[in-house]
Amino acid sequence: MTATAYGRPGTATGTGPPRSDGPAKAAGTAPYAYEYRVADPAYVAPVQATVARGRVLEVDAAEAEAVEGVIAVLTHAGAPGLDTGAELSGLQRVAELAVLQSGEVSYRGQVVAAVVAETFEAAWHAAALVTVRYEQWPHDAGFSDQRADAVAPEEDHRQGEVESAAPAEVVVEQTYATAMQHNNPMEPHTTVARFEGGELFLYESTQGSYEVRRTVAALLGMEPERVHVVAPYVGGGFGSKGPLHAPTVLAVLAAVALPGRWVKLALTRRQMFALVGYRSPTIQRVRLSAGADGRLSGVDVVATVQSSHVADFVEEAAGPAKSMYAAPNRRMGHRVVRLDAAVPTWMRAPGECPGMFGPEVAMDELAWACGLDPIEVRLRNEPERDPHTGKPFSSRNLAACLREGARRFGWADRAPEPGGRVENGWRVGMGVAASAYPVVPPPGDSWARIRYEGEGVYAVSLAAADIGTGAWTALAQVAADALGVPLERVRVRLGDSSLPEASLAGGSTGLMSWGSTIHAAAEEFRRGHGERPEPGAEATGHLPANPAQDDYAMYAYGAQFAEVRVHAATGEVRVPRLLGVFAAGRIVNARTARSQFTGGMTMGLSMALHEESVVDARFGHVVNGDFAEYHIAANADVEDVQAHWIDEEDPLVNPLGAKGIGEIGIVGTAAAVANAAYHATGVRVRSLPVRLDDFIGA
Amino acid sequence: MKPFDYRRASDAAGAAALVAEHPGAAFLGGGTNLVDHMKLGVAAPDMLVDITHLPMDRVEALPEGEGGVSIGANVRNSEAAAHPLVRERYPVLSQALLSGASGQLRNAATTGGNLLQRTRCVYFQDTGTPCNKREPGSGCSALEGYQRYHAVFGASPDCVATHPSDMAVALVALDARVVVTDAAGGERRIPVAELHRLPGEAPEQDTVLSRGDLITAVELPEMPMAARARYRKIRDRASFAFALVSAAVGLELAADGTVADVRIALGGVAHKPWRALLAEEALRGSAATEAGFAAAAEAELSEARPLPGNVFKLELVRAAVTETLGEVAAELRGEGEL
Ligand SMILES: Cc1cc2nc3c(=O)[nH]c(=O)nc-3n(C[C@H](O)[C@H](O)[C@H](O)COP(=O)(O)OP(=O)(O)OC[C@H]3O[C@@H](n4cnc5c(N)ncnc54)[C@H](O)[C@@H]3O)c2cc1C
Ligand code: SF4
Repeated sequence: MTATAYGRPGTATGTGPPRSDGPAKAAGTAPYAYEYRVADPAYVAPVQATVARGRVLEVDAAEAEAVEGVIAVLTHAGAPGLDTGAELSGLQRVAELAVLQSGEVSYRGQVVAAVVAETFEAAWHAAALVTVRYEQWPHDAGFSDQRADAVAPEEDHRQGEVESAAPAEVVVEQTYATAMQHNNPMEPHTTVARFEGGELFLYESTQGSYEVRRTVAALLGMEPERVHVVAPYVGGGFGSKGPLHAPTVLAVLAAVALPGRWVKLALTRRQMFALVGYRSPTIQRVRLSAGADGRLSGVDVVATVQSSHVADFVEEAAGPAKSMYAAPNRRMGHRVVRLDAAVPTWMRAPGECPGMFGPEVAMDELAWACGLDPIEVRLRNEPERDPHTGKPFSSRNLAACLREGARRFGWADRAPEPGGRVENGWRVGMGVAASAYPVVPPPGDSWARIRYEGEGVYAVSLAAADIGTGAWTALAQVAADALGVPLERVRVRLGDSSLPEASLAGGSTGLMSWGSTIHAAAEEFRRGHGERPEPGAEATGHLPANPAQDDYAMYAYGAQFAEVRVHAATGEVRVPRLLGVFAAGRIVNARTARSQFTGGMTMGLSMALHEESVVDARFGHVVNGDFAEYHIAANADVEDVQAHWIDEEDPLVNPLGAKGIGEIGIVGTAAAVANAAYHATGVRVRSLPVRLDDFIGA
Repeated sequence: MKPFDYRRASDAAGAAALVAEHPGAAFLGGGTNLVDHMKLGVAAPDMLVDITHLPMDRVEALPEGEGGVSIGANVRNSEAAAHPLVRERYPVLSQALLSGASGQLRNAATTGGNLLQRTRCVYFQDTGTPCNKREPGSGCSALEGYQRYHAVFGASPDCVATHPSDMAVALVALDARVVVTDAAGGERRIPVAELHRLPGEAPEQDTVLSRGDLITAVELPEMPMAARARYRKIRDRASFAFALVSAAVGLELAADGTVADVRIALGGVAHKPWRALLAEEALRGSAATEAGFAAAAEAELSEARPLPGNVFKLELVRAAVTETLGEVAAELRGEGEL
């Protein structure tokens, strides 16, 4: 079977069967980690630091221990030891995972003790009764781009001479900011664990069961094969369930301390704002130099981001500008401010999502400065080759997305000047921004096993995680196509470390890597067993290396359009229309793909108008850590959201010809909204979220 | 959450007496505010007296002659909003209720609980930070902290919090009163406008009620301007968000087109639903024009003392007052929707 046979009309790929897990999800019978009925569980309740920096002097647990049902109070003095020198994968931060291994407090909210009890109520009540005395040290939790101690994590990327470039006819030099955000999937991070006979069993909310297995095994000094991780259904992750965080380790410590007993820990929403990472705020200084014709001569992006004294995590917000537009003189760099704060983490399209805000608003400013259509400015700066590496693009259809989007959105009807359209007391405007997301190598290796069960039925298994994306369905389609059988004949098994290893669900690589692996397994199967296999026949396939990976720059692209209304008197901001057109290779399942795109765009809208974790630097923590105060777009904020895609053939990216679609939908949305708000009002907002106080009085 | 005793009250006076006798007791209405606070450690009652089975669950017309409508303290927010007597006679109250919280919360929240819900000040809800309202004398974290949802009228150096209820704002504009049963079985009526306090030096006291005082009903008097009064809520999200500023506005025009009577109550701006008396005074007897409405808003704003983090609220007060008055006036003149 050749790669080009994929997606041919009439086969399973390319159509949109509904999600196979849909009915179970709707009926509540697809269990998340906490919902497994385990015998006689104990419950873990964390005690969190109320200082941002210092040392635990004493943990007074007497009152807590007196509570009926309390089994143990874990502190750094008595908790089981971990191998904090363990070699972990590049995704993990061992210092973040060294839970209760010392009395040092490095951020507010850090786990400093935990209660294990017979009931949930007793555990939580007792946790509130644990008194911790600290030696408090001065802390520093104030993020800004005006700090002398900001460090460059690597040398700036430079081409040409961005500083001394010949004076340009048009210069846009501005500072843009994106807010700190917290991932907040619907299912909070959960671990249900039991340690018995040298084996550790985990029901875990995770984007990768093998990553959990290996990390936990290394920390405990166990053989990875003795750690078993089950996670068939996961209620979202948005990146925060990729790397492990402290709560998983805490639950494991409790399980080790209570051999033979199941222990359960699910975070509260408030704890989700303290213990499982966040998207760093960014401050982006962008300088675009161009001719009067809008052609760029220089692109200079320096992004200041937040990291932690615990361990570094750099939100690569200056990254996307590297490959976006042609310009001979370029610099992209990061400045990292390390604070007494928790370690940031991945959040949907890390780097790309915040990093396309500044440059894409700056491109809009450039367009207005040159008197050009913002689409035209982008078209004039389309690069022939990847400006960063000089490699050819495997495919680049940004221009087609912009044109198709303009047509569908009615871009030509927009008012010629900002502030030119008022309807019923609302100023109305339209904005556009580009979007891009790379085809990255998958985070981890993958194998898939195919077994003929008899009666025409094939079982396909691998430990991939469906975090709500539709992988259960799309992978069955891929398998059906690869085997040349109807979809109903394929049984998929996912999300269990007893199945063949699969890479983490991250970087929008899931379908590409797992699908390619299943494809390889199907070829292997047919090679070994032919078209008429015996029941029980089996074959395993391995993720094929992509020979083209090093020779091409590979990206998915999109164009995001927004209509924004700003109330003339109150400044209230609404987004009646969002429209995205994407070029992301072959779309395997139109239904689940559309959900990924529109879901990303909705999250982008939420970022544009609402999401902001407010850190009070005096205390060092997020003070609006619940869903009444930390706003996520509500249904009423999300009106007409449409996603379309263009047909794109890209045989170079992988045998499926598919690029990742999980993240690109959130990239560029906020810039499109801010650009539309400018068109509506003439007020340029350069700091997210865009809110009513940006407009009133203006 | 601290373990607690649960009692189901069987009559109003008994419930009041039970709470009055037990310093650690609290009434339980829908629980959407109190139970949250128990989970957060903001409230730690050792006894909950469930009042939701008491027969205070009706919306009914007050006896002939008195006019008006009574809403039992246990009537759920969604029920009150949908009740024909409320929708016909006091649509502004329906609008205010429906602009609050979410459908699920409104199904659980009671009239009494809504009135007595506590501030959403983030520091009040966070036991790890100083807060005079939660822990008298510990300090006010908001004074130099996050102030977006805080007061611009009537605050004190001890507390700058706002009262979050939308319903209460409409009730103040409607001259409503609460009916209170006390521990001794006595009954008294308090205008809603006088129920909540300004923080002064005792921000821990939200209201003028004493321990054990049970709200049994809210009474709405007959009021000619009620049928056309309107509620406008300005917020950060299109729904499911507390007001940055809201306004409940009623207007009565004289035959010559001047303002015969007016009610303006503001939400999101003070420790209590804020009756804009200065604005009302400026308007009574004057022309019902856009300029007049704007001048009224300015009169009220002369009393405003915004915080660095919420100066923008002044503009919102201006917009909410002038636009809503303008809409009501237009409707009264038969001009229909603006
Ligand atoms: C996410 C979220 C968003 C919200 N958004 C809004 C909004 O936009 N606008 C808005 O107005 N509200 C909003 N609310 C608040 C909501 O309206 C209140 O939580 C609700 O009205 C409280 O009513 P309850 O019956 O649940 O009160 P409870 O929680 O049961 O009680 C609250 C308090 O009142 C006392 N109490 C209850 N009944 C009586 C009585 N009859 N007599 C004396 N004391 C009594 C209790 O002891 C307690 O102290 C929101 C709440 C949440 C959680
Ligand atoms: S404003 Fe009031 S409620 Fe908020 S912290 Fe200050 S004292 Fe507490």
